[in-house]
Amino acid sequence: MSGHTDMVLVNEEGIRIDGRKTDEKRNIKIEAGVLKNADGSCYLEIGKNKVLCAVYGPRECRMRHLQDPTKAIITVKYNMETYSVSDRKRPGTDRRSVEISKLISEALSAVVMTELYPRTTIDVYIEILQANAGTRCAGLTAASVALADAGIPMRDIVPAIACGKADGKVLLDLNKEEDNFGQADVPIAIVPSTDEIVLLQMDGNMTREELEYGLDMAFKAAHEVADLQKDALLRKYTNKKKEASE
Amino acid sequence: MSNSIVSQIKRDHIMNLLAEGKREDGRQFDEFRKIEVETGLIESADGSAKVKLGDTIVMAGIKIVPGVPYPDAPADGTLTTGMELIPMAHPEFESGPPSEDAIEMARVVDRGIRESGMIDVKKLCIKEGESIWMVFLDIYAIDHCGNLFDAATIASVCALRTAKIPWKQYFPEMEKEDEPLPVTCIPISVTEHKIGNDLIVDPNFDEEAIATARLTVTTDENGNYRAMQKGGKGSITRGDLSLCLDRAVEIGKQIRSIIG
Amino acid sequence: MERKNPRRLVLPGDDIADAKEYKPGENTYECEDRIRAGILGTVDFRGNIVSVMPAGGRYLPKIGDTVIGVINDVGPSNWMIDIKCPWPAPLHVSEVPWKVEFGDTTTYLTVGDVVLIKVLNVDESKKISVTMKDSGLRKIEGGQLIEIDHNKISRVIGKAGSMISMLKNMTDCRITVGQNGRIWIDGDDENAAVAAAAIKKIEAEARMPNLTERIEEFIAEKLPGAESYRQNDDDEEESE
Repeated sequence: MSGHTDMVLVNEEGIRIDGRKTDEKRNIKIEAGVLKNADGSCYLEIGKNKVLCAVYGPRECRMRHLQDPTKAIITVKYNMETYSVSDRKRPGTDRRSVEISKLISEALSAVVMTELYPRTTIDVYIEILQANAGTRCAGLTAASVALADAGIPMRDIVPAIACGKADGKVLLDLNKEEDNFGQADVPIAIVPSTDEIVLLQMDGNMTREELEYGLDMAFKAAHEVADLQKDALLRKYTNKKKEASE
Repeated sequence: MSNSIVSQIKRDHIMNLLAEGKREDGRQFDEFRKIEVETGLIESADGSAKVKLGDTIVMAGIKIVPGVPYPDAPADGTLTTGMELIPMAHPEFESGPPSEDAIEMARVVDRGIRESGMIDVKKLCIKEGESIWMVFLDIYAIDHCGNLFDAATIASVCALRTAKIPWKQYFPEMEKEDEPLPVTCIPISVTEHKIGNDLIVDPNFDEEAIATARLTVTTDENGNYRAMQKGGKGSITRGDLSLCLDRAVEIGKQIRSIIG
Repeated sequence: MERKNPRRLVLPGDDIADAKEYKPGENTYECEDRIRAGILGTVDFRGNIVSVMPAGGRYLPKIGDTVIGVINDVGPSNWMIDIKCPWPAPLHVSEVPWKVEFGDTTTYLTVGDVVLIKVLNVDESKKISVTMKDSGLRKIEGGQLIEIDHNKISRVIGKAGSMISMLKNMTDCRITVGQNGRIWIDGDDENAAVAAAAIKKIEAEARMPNLTERIEEFIAEKLPGAESYRQNDDDEEESE
């Protein structure tokens, strides 16, 4: 948020540097069930972000002290690969990835019926192959598809998207330049059937009106993301039937 | 390599098939699974490749950054290889710093590339004694269904030979176009696994889990040997070695023709 | 209206029925007068109860299920058995047909051994116990072990066991089916391979019509000598 640039992020016609309108999200591609070993998996692209997610479990929680006798715990590991960003990232966890992992775990715990699997863990591994702003939303969106693919009982799919502000305009789904040089970023994840909010962060500077306007855009877009998530799952499970008929 | 438990029935079944000259998926002992390579898929990397070897998936990415040379080699660039067996790839893999297995694998891949002189590090000099290009090769196991060693070598080689040195990003004032790495040859590894008295290549997960020993042999396109590594708690005979050396050259050729 | 497309594929959160007309069954939940799907699967209407049959997911043990397990750890008074479910399944020395001295467990069963066992108990906190003390339960040796989606096991068995009888008769193999998705096949190499392939085909085509016929044709083609065998033409799932 703090960077400065002479670059015009949103021009007078309201068109952004990647050609989008202010309320337009980036192109999204979702594929469910892309890995063999994992119980559930998902590959997701949104703009230039490329994310892979694998789910294992519910399975025995080997770390006894983390076990919950009444429900499953959801353990999320968000990891950026070294070549996913412009400067090589040092391998291993850092404070940022620990925080993101925790928030994603909490967001998923809001919908997963964890009480069905006491003393177990549901492990969610998110690998960021290529990052371009919005990886926590991309990771969470992919994770919820992977969980459904793993046959885990849950109340709903969780779509996530950000709104924010750059060049004084409220924008949907910030790209890297808008994130670096803009004035605000607000990632949000919801439960589509009830519009409950399960992840929300903000940094920057927005007025109440701007924030409300941004959230309206984000909610609408999140519902569209949920349709794409469900479409990916339907494609996988109906393809299975098609393959069988050949 | 993994402590996964293979049931006694599965173990016996694999052994019985091998005794009849057969494998579970119908392959010959010296037959690889289907190899699929995709390069340049990661734009944020200077080079990248995703390799599918049957159901095994490995990704390799290259980052090339300017750095300071070692005092004893003031004009030489450097290559650093890392490999992570991330928990995404297999239920037995755990998160945390690279395991023994991951470190060995990275070193075996690195040795094949380094000892074959695949990358001419002399040509990675920016200004002698001051500045050179450092090449970082990072490999991730994405789905482990056997034979990560060879999949990792193929992915690494494919990523390196499609990588570009980012002159424009770091030295825009020099007005130089990004250029490919100075690649001199294509090293390919073939890892044989010993089960009972038989040697098989490109094992699936269960075959690999019951193997007692393995031998990785890396060759160049001239059919010369550039690196080897024996692993596993069992042993191999001189005769086994001879077979491995023969097959490494032959299969190396086949793989080179597949990856083009 | 909701009944029009039975066996429709639904996703978590999908609105599947009016809560005033229907009662929520397994894998569904009620929210604001609507019944929604709580898992990825196919809708199933039975009377006024609507539920979702999971399309995937791990095996959840039920008391009385016969399952095939692999021993993955041994203690002084029990064996830990992997039955492909989210929890460990201990087999206590008192639940085997032998008299085992304390600390002498590995003499009888050891890591990697395959056993046919029954789920004895699953308590509220999902603590599981299994037994090998019932007719037919035993250590399994030889043959081969395959794994399929446990949700498709009812199709492998077929209505009143029609599918499994056909498989056994046509391939002349011994076949033991575990509710947890593991299946043991023993017989002549070639026949056993055909039986394994036929079971994989049942798994892949579980939702297709005329499954029994298709499988019969498949086996007849692979094993021309096999005698055609069919108990009945009905192609329904085994009723539970």
